[in-house]
Amino acid sequence: MARFKKSNKEGTPGLNTGSMSDIVFMFLFFFMVITNMRESSLYVRIKVPQASEVQKLEKKSLVSYVNVGVPMDENKYGREPRIQLNDQIADVSDIAEFIENERAARSEADRPFLTTSIKADKDARMGIIVDIKQELRNVNALKLIYTTSRRGKE
Amino acid sequence: MGKKCPELNSGSMSDISFLLLTFFLLVSSINTDMGIPRRLPPPLQPGMVTPDVHKRNIFVVKINSQNMLLFDGQTGDLKALRARAKEFLSNPNDLPNLPEKETVDIPLLGTMRVSQGVISLQNDRGTSYDMYIQVQNELMAAVNEMRDELAIGRFGRSYTDLSNEQRSAIDKAIPAAISEAEPTKIGGNK
Repeated sequence: MARFKKSNKEGTPGLNTGSMSDIVFMFLFFFMVITNMRESSLYVRIKVPQASEVQKLEKKSLVSYVNVGVPMDENKYGREPRIQLNDQIADVSDIAEFIENERAARSEADRPFLTTSIKADKDARMGIIVDIKQELRNVNALKLIYTTSRRGKE
Repeated sequence: MGKKCPELNSGSMSDISFLLLTFFLLVSSINTDMGIPRRLPPPLQPGMVTPDVHKRNIFVVKINSQNMLLFDGQTGDLKALRARAKEFLSNPNDLPNLPEKETVDIPLLGTMRVSQGVISLQNDRGTSYDMYIQVQNELMAAVNEMRDELAIGRFGRSYTDLSNEQRSAIDKAIPAAISEAEPTKIGGNK
């Protein structure tokens, strides 16, 4: 008993946690810099196809996203792949207006470099993709990128 | 000496910053966006005439609604497609049934014989997007392999390591001529 009491009096030296917060803050800033906020939450399920000949998107701010996939809320939107623009499920006919809005949000000098990223589920059919492409052609949004994930070259 | 300055308890500070850290980890997505870039043809104007292309200059690739691949008049697989596309675009032996070449002066490269071949890709509305991307990928791979070969032959470096001017010279010598035909409507309702 006496021995325990003695050790209690001395006390274990406290761990200095003052610098811990510095380290964590450094982590925090690191993540804040390399990541970007998800602009809109996805309402469709997307599993992008894989490809080996991929290029990185150059300027994230000049990209407008067209998402295609099976809606998560199947009761409301059905099981067929649908288009999601910004924050809502949309139709093919809404694309023209969407592109116009995207253009209006950018400065005059940036508009020719606006790219449309088609982020579609790998199980989607080409019919809907073709409709999107036709609509993009009509509004002269010709720069296009099919978002894929990277796979090793064979 | 007088009184000691009371120390600030910073133990909970790390908790707060950890909370912030987890918040950012959750809401953010690491920049992993990449893909296959393409350029759509401009919309058809009423007065525009589609150019005539010689039959020998066209390589038709078709995908049906069952994701089967057809080129050279028979079904084939993706592996064979890349080799065939390369053979078509380069036409190394100047065969009369493969595309003709045009002599063009290109800065940095000098006089090059540029292939006039166009790969025409046609798919069905019922084709799966995955298959379409795989075919696009194989065709791009064929072009990229040829560009790489030329870059190593001329500049001693692979295509990705070239400067911008060198790269655009190579792009002119080996254009990525992939055209997409209107899709068929046999296999898909949507």
